[in-house]
Amino acid sequence: MADIILKAPCNTASAPHRVTAWERLKADRNWLGFWFMLPAGVFLILFLAYPLGLGIWLSFTDARLGRPGDFVGIENYQFLWDDSTFWLTVFNTLLYTSVASVIKFAIGLYLALLLNERLPFKAIIRAVVLIPFIVPTVLSAIAFWWLFDPQFSIISWSLRKLHLISANIDFLGDPWNARWSVIFANIWRGVPFVAITLLAGLQTVSPSLYEAAIIDGSTPWQRFRYITYPLLTPIIAVVMTFSVLFTFTDFQLIWVMTRGGPVNATHLMATFSYQRAIMSGYLGEGAAISTAMIPFLLCAILVSWFGLQRRKWQQGESDD
Amino acid sequence: MASVAIRDVRKAFGTSVVIHGVSIDIGDGEFVVLVGPSGCGKTTLLRMIAGLENITAGEIRIGERVVNQVPPKERDVAMVFQNYALYPHMTVAQNMAFSLKLRGASQAEIDERVKQAAEILGLGPYLARYPRQLSGGQRQRVAMGRAIVRNPQVFLFDEPLSNLDAKLRVQMRTEIKELHQRLKTTTIYVTHDQIEAMTMADRIVVMHDGIVEQIGAPLELYDHPANLFVAGFIGSPAMNILKGRLLGGERAVFDGGDGIRFPLHHMPAGGDGRPVICGVRPEHFALSSDGTEAEVQVVEPTGSEIHVVAKMGSEDVIAVFRERHQFRPGDKIRLRPDPRLVHLFDEATGRRLGS
Repeated sequence: MADIILKAPCNTASAPHRVTAWERLKADRNWLGFWFMLPAGVFLILFLAYPLGLGIWLSFTDARLGRPGDFVGIENYQFLWDDSTFWLTVFNTLLYTSVASVIKFAIGLYLALLLNERLPFKAIIRAVVLIPFIVPTVLSAIAFWWLFDPQFSIISWSLRKLHLISANIDFLGDPWNARWSVIFANIWRGVPFVAITLLAGLQTVSPSLYEAAIIDGSTPWQRFRYITYPLLTPIIAVVMTFSVLFTFTDFQLIWVMTRGGPVNATHLMATFSYQRAIMSGYLGEGAAISTAMIPFLLCAILVSWFGLQRRKWQQGESDD
Repeated sequence: MASVAIRDVRKAFGTSVVIHGVSIDIGDGEFVVLVGPSGCGKTTLLRMIAGLENITAGEIRIGERVVNQVPPKERDVAMVFQNYALYPHMTVAQNMAFSLKLRGASQAEIDERVKQAAEILGLGPYLARYPRQLSGGQRQRVAMGRAIVRNPQVFLFDEPLSNLDAKLRVQMRTEIKELHQRLKTTTIYVTHDQIEAMTMADRIVVMHDGIVEQIGAPLELYDHPANLFVAGFIGSPAMNILKGRLLGGERAVFDGGDGIRFPLHHMPAGGDGRPVICGVRPEHFALSSDGTEAEVQVVEPTGSEIHVVAKMGSEDVIAVFRERHQFRPGDKIRLRPDPRLVHLFDEATGRRLGS
């Protein structure tokens, strides 16, 4: 590229002419960079930005299934603002996400710490921990559906045989029972991801740091507090961001187990959006519900973004 | 400060025994280097002293106390690790202060001690930096600083210089020795580098395959290696080892076959005809008209001296000269060892013969 620039004046020594814009463009590194980035850019625009943009656009229209719809401004949002069911789903989603994420983090971290120790049958235990993750969500949801069945629930049956209860528990029929039941299922499904990822993070911590800390006189708790936890924070931030995003946008578990019932007690924003948009056909309104999730998700991402940025010790000179 | 006594210590990992009964007495304020090839058990022994490994059998005392069952934090030892083991998320000052903080020392005391240690090690300007922002030598100093601030009974060093480049290693070697002369804390230092051992130690413990081969002052090991292993391990270039037998007569001679004949100062017990192994340090060869003929193979000038690899009979020997001889490959030279400085070892046991 450089020689193009150098050659240009030589060729034209006798008859001086200006370097054309095209010649300048050919030698421009940024222009070249643009072409290298194009395939990735097209991919992102086509499959991420376009659907997102379309969804947001739909939320400003009164589109119905089979009818394009017209621009109606923020009418959909105004409608949702006064819709108590919508606010119930917001509450459900926040409860579902916060409770499930906190417990998933706690159990996941516990399992990761446990699996990072020397213990017998470690490989088998690690494989067992991963099982919930490899079972398709719909299958595990169906399994939970049976576990929580009002008549055939093995949990109710066992408790009755132990004479702890006299009648079957109505897991999915009572609003609060249903909420805790789906949260339980979500935790069961989400723990392996947290545990295995945190375990990978733990294994990057050099054992000699722990030995140094042992000789420095630390108790096991102090080693966790001052060595493990700070070194793990970048990974915790990433894992928990993903965990929160996945939980917040959860659809399959709820849809298979309760379809949002009883009386919308387990409706999350994602299932509610689907119900309004596809089942009832109000595409615009469904899109508005989906779009309303974006600010929450952005908040979660920003929290982890700023959490990650503070790690000054990770920057600095390269390791020599 | 305290003495350290290691009595018949053994270590087994499952069925594989890595240390077979080692006994070492380390005096108060002494600088002892454990040296040996990889896998000889030196690091394991150090870790047992630190309390990072259990002791299978035997006894370790620090001061008057048997520490076999004492947890590491109560042994009052400080350790410098091979990879430094600096806490990456703490600044230099925080790294050094960590043990004091855990012990519940007051902030004033912590600041005072960290400042002192930083001064000794020249770390003053770097106290606010993170380990990643330091060079290898500076990290090494921080690791030492972390040990110093605690003012422990014993310093333990586990190959602390092996991650540094050659020049820095020489410099840090001196610094560690100076530090010891200044603080006079009992120090146990593990290395596989015999030059480090020779230059730094008050006493060297040569280990091999989980046993102690010899304990002694550096020059004692150099001049009177107790066996073939020590003879070959200590010294660079390594001692020339030749197989042969003793010949009596008017003057005792070592006969290595192929015309190799070295005159001896005296005839060791067992005398005439006894098969022996003869060791000659490269610098103890001299050019002499009545020496054994050898053909020069390679000449390696180092500046201060010349290393000559020569074929003597069927053996390659190496000789070191301080004079700047102009040898070329193929030249015939005659080499003769100083009879008083020839080492003889029993062929079967490898033990030193005579004094």
